[in-house]
Amino acid sequence: MLLKRELTHLLLKEIRLELKQRYVLNGILLYLVSTVFVTYLAFTGTITAETWNSLFWIILLFVAVNGISKSFVQENPARHLYYYTITSPEAIVLSKIIYNLLLMMILSVLALLFFALFMGNMIMNPGLFVTALILGSLGLSSVLTMIAAIASRASNNFSLMAILSFPIVLPLLMTLMKVSGSALTTYSWSGNIALIVILLIINVAVILLAFLLFPYLWRD
Amino acid sequence: MLKQYWWKLLSFLLLLYAVTYGFYVSIPETMILQTMRNLFYHVGMWFGMFTMLTVSFIYSLRYLKGFREENDRIAIEAVNVGLMFGFLGIFTGMVWANFTWGAPWVKDPKLNGAAVGLVVYLAYIILRSSVEDRHKRAKVSAVYNIFAFVLWIIFVMILPRLAGDSLHPATGNNSSPVLPMQLDPSMRTVFYPAMIGWILLGTWILQVRIRVSKLKQQLEE
Repeated sequence: MLLKRELTHLLLKEIRLELKQRYVLNGILLYLVSTVFVTYLAFTGTITAETWNSLFWIILLFVAVNGISKSFVQENPARHLYYYTITSPEAIVLSKIIYNLLLMMILSVLALLFFALFMGNMIMNPGLFVTALILGSLGLSSVLTMIAAIASRASNNFSLMAILSFPIVLPLLMTLMKVSGSALTTYSWSGNIALIVILLIINVAVILLAFLLFPYLWRD
Repeated sequence: MLKQYWWKLLSFLLLLYAVTYGFYVSIPETMILQTMRNLFYHVGMWFGMFTMLTVSFIYSLRYLKGFREENDRIAIEAVNVGLMFGFLGIFTGMVWANFTWGAPWVKDPKLNGAAVGLVVYLAYIILRSSVEDRHKRAKVSAVYNIFAFVLWIIFVMILPRLAGDSLHPATGNNSSPVLPMQLDPSMRTVFYPAMIGWILLGTWILQVRIRVSKLKQQLEE
């Protein structure tokens, strides 16, 4: 129960912090819109479902890396020392994952809206696509939160964030592309249940690893 | 003396056997002709890489248990040796693929799994070089190593499922003369000794590298 109370407080803190520094959030939103617009202008003529799908997830990955990389560097190090004295590492990492999950949900819905607006809506099976979006948001937020924590301990944080996360995020991303790809081309769910189970397994594995490994990261 | 070094001698003899008898042993008649002999050398690189990365993973776990610097040293040196095997595996594979599939690089789950493995561990090395403090570096890179290894294993396991068919002889109903369980008996007499030989050679290189790294540190201090 203590963990739950700590979590609520930490989560509220994250949200307040975000609303206070609104330019960061606005920056990510604009980044999202401009990337979608650049792809829209770069592709003339028709776009196949496969291209639509790959572009969508690649853009979402870049947006996610951008949005989540700040997780552990936004506040000054002295304040982190303060958190260490009043709360547990598990609560910190879980609150960041949950907060980034909320952020990713918002970003992925917006990405979908802009994509549908500029590139046309190609989704045939919305239920399956939304499932992929939710599991994808959870997976991206947990993997990238952990990588952000690792990268924040080193110098040249931003490029490190990308090179550390891209190869690691691949199992997740490729499964997601496969699921959402079939949401674009078929109405049926069959054949995707196994992939959804794989996504769930990856998510559980990542969150478990984050839970176990984060305590080693947070203190020097 | 022999009691301590027997495995080095064994590695030498097994590999000597593999690089000589490997060219002499009779192989079944297949479409890929004599290139099949590359099996003894190319696959050995993957066995070596995988063994080294597993060693590194285990020593990263051990490092987090007691924060002993010795374990961190083994973890990073095992990654270095693993990367060496990985690059050799890619090159020997590209030569082979050029003969059998007509191009040095094809879209194939096994190739992609290997390439991603290399990228993960190159990133690991860059991560290490961007942390100044020695203890912090050891801790942060151990965490990344464990995290990355687990996800890489998941990736390698699910890839064939995502990609459909592999050009590599895969598991399942795909029957091929170069699969270990369907391997020609005469080829087995070279294949298994060669694999053991490569793994032992990797361990040997690892041991030497650890020693060099220790000496370097002593010199610096």
